[in-house]
Amino acid sequence: MTDKPKVAVHKFASCDGCQLAFLNMGEDILTLAQLVDIVHFVEMGPVNPDASVDIAFIEGSISTPEDAERILRIRANSRYLITVGACATSGGLQALRNFSDGKEWLAAIYAKPEYVQSLSTSTPIARHVKVDLELWGCPVTGSQVLAVVRALLFGVPPWYEKDKVCLECKRRQTVCVMVVKGIPCMGPVTRTGCGALCPSFGRDCYACYGPAENPNAESLARRLEGLGLIPEAVARRFLFINGAAPAFAEAGLKRRGNAHD
Amino acid sequence: MTEKRRIPIQLPVLARVEGEGTLELHVRDGAIEDLRLRIFEPPRMFEKLLEGRDYTEVPDMVARICGICPVAYQMSAVHAIENLFGVQPGPWVRDMRRVFYCGEWIQSHSLHIHMLAAPDFLGFASITEMARQHADEVRRGLRLQALGNEIIRLLGARSVHPVGARIGGFHHAPARAQVDALREKLQAALPEAEALVRWTAALNLPTEEQEFTVVSLRHPREYPMNEGRMVSNRGLDISADQFESRFVEHQEAHSTALHCLHDGKPYLVGPLARLNLNLDRLPAPVRDLADSLGVKFPSRNMYHSIVARALEIVVAIREAIRLLEAYAEPSETYISVTPRAGTGYGCTEAPRGLLWHRYDTDAAGVVIKARIVPPTSQNQARIEEDLRLSLHALGVRQGDAALRRRGEMVIRNYDPCISCATHFLDLRVRELTHA
Repeated sequence: MTDKPKVAVHKFASCDGCQLAFLNMGEDILTLAQLVDIVHFVEMGPVNPDASVDIAFIEGSISTPEDAERILRIRANSRYLITVGACATSGGLQALRNFSDGKEWLAAIYAKPEYVQSLSTSTPIARHVKVDLELWGCPVTGSQVLAVVRALLFGVPPWYEKDKVCLECKRRQTVCVMVVKGIPCMGPVTRTGCGALCPSFGRDCYACYGPAENPNAESLARRLEGLGLIPEAVARRFLFINGAAPAFAEAGLKRRGNAHD
Repeated sequence: MTEKRRIPIQLPVLARVEGEGTLELHVRDGAIEDLRLRIFEPPRMFEKLLEGRDYTEVPDMVARICGICPVAYQMSAVHAIENLFGVQPGPWVRDMRRVFYCGEWIQSHSLHIHMLAAPDFLGFASITEMARQHADEVRRGLRLQALGNEIIRLLGARSVHPVGARIGGFHHAPARAQVDALREKLQAALPEAEALVRWTAALNLPTEEQEFTVVSLRHPREYPMNEGRMVSNRGLDISADQFESRFVEHQEAHSTALHCLHDGKPYLVGPLARLNLNLDRLPAPVRDLADSLGVKFPSRNMYHSIVARALEIVVAIREAIRLLEAYAEPSETYISVTPRAGTGYGCTEAPRGLLWHRYDTDAAGVVIKARIVPPTSQNQARIEEDLRLSLHALGVRQGDAALRRRGEMVIRNYDPCISCATHFLDLRVRELTHA
């Protein structure tokens, strides 16, 4: 019992959806609990936030001073620290606040804007501590997290997707929604791993898996303009679920005209 | 003599509060003078994030408020925006939205019953511990949860943050063969769900009864889900656009979750509220099942929420079967809409209760203002009221451990979704003062 690898799942600012990658596994969750010792996973039951673990999965972004300290403690207690999902990996949808008309927004919301600077952003885990592996996706899937656990149990580096959604559409023989229907799809710059679900449903990819390896965001932005999107609409395509990921932020903010300070 | 006791709540009870939920009791002469459930979850400011976004983006955005009930957020949003634009998508979309919602009820209720509530009542720390002694029941629960997810996937491609819903309908219609295969699985699961109901009713549940107001949607014929007027056991009967005249949210300094009051008083939303108010809307076989139990509805025992949840799983499975039996692939999966300026309201029954949305858009359909009232902020004041009554009944002379354990069980009846409850906050919250 005791020599089983220890695993923790920690939550920060998030919707809990990536934790469901575990909780929606069905009976696999019982198998997983036999392979590893799940020592901290609040939503599942075990509570031991300060335990030393072999693998710490982190869901959610850092948006409070307390959380900025908590992640340091978790890092110190963890052999491998792995982010799961858009919030932990890029700051998530809530990171759009980072690009808001900062002062105006803060003044509208906070009594003492200068006092809450540290709360005015939602930042990815890697901005605060060393991250060993980032799993993109909003949400991540059960196979993504299980593949990581399995690889680490075998003692090999985990494999993860870096390709673009376009490649997955080709593999699935899904008709291209951009070429055939002129729908402004984010697939050409977005990391696959979802299974190219949106195009398979005849709609646009909205980039919930974040930037792929070497995304040519600027080129896609021009293509979207070619489809008739006004600059603000192009900006919104990039400034969405993973809007704070640098490649997307750059392409989006350029078209919005009020570049982030 | 005044004694102040701060009792930290074990985390799992608040399901996802991560060390930031505590129960604070002020006791004077053996009586509870003040009680506060302190919740600190980082606010994500969704209502602000929605401002300036195109109406087409809203369903994919609001899903991210809650990974456990994204369908509920998408449904309240599409109804509100269609209300604003003055369109009705027709019977196919209406039926499929109901199927979609059935999937989420089954998934969310099964998760709650087996991963959160049942281990509590049976004295286990987690579902994996419970599985060692109740393997069959746990596996049955996981199968039901998976089935709920499969229904969501049928129309949404994935069960967490599904991608199928849009203003006006769906992006995609499933193939007939796929629908038939799922319907057979649902048929096979029905006896399992009925057995689950009997199992929950046979749990050794506390018998304490309380007086409380219950609020839910009510539909002329159906068990409420996507449509209906808001009613209560105290004579309330209003439409979604009248919500703000009878329900007011206010901020408590001790919590980042807003508290919503109905005519100035706490009230209950969720499975027990729905069931108490809609017993006559249950399909006959489910009504018979409910009547055959040792637990009687309408009930004033909050612990009967787990039985209500199980009954709603049966309702949802039957409803999905009924609607999918009549399934035909449509010529169009959505209707086109023309944006206009105005205000729209939508209210649907999330697994945890009423979920009310209001959107103001400009003539191009860009969101000017959004307001979202999730079930957990509505239950917040009721949870505190229940804690006061329950802990008083238990006796505050009990040790902290006993009080904590009872407090956890009380809170768990409401299946609070803290992620949902705290995303809507005006940020002048207490946590800022100790930043």
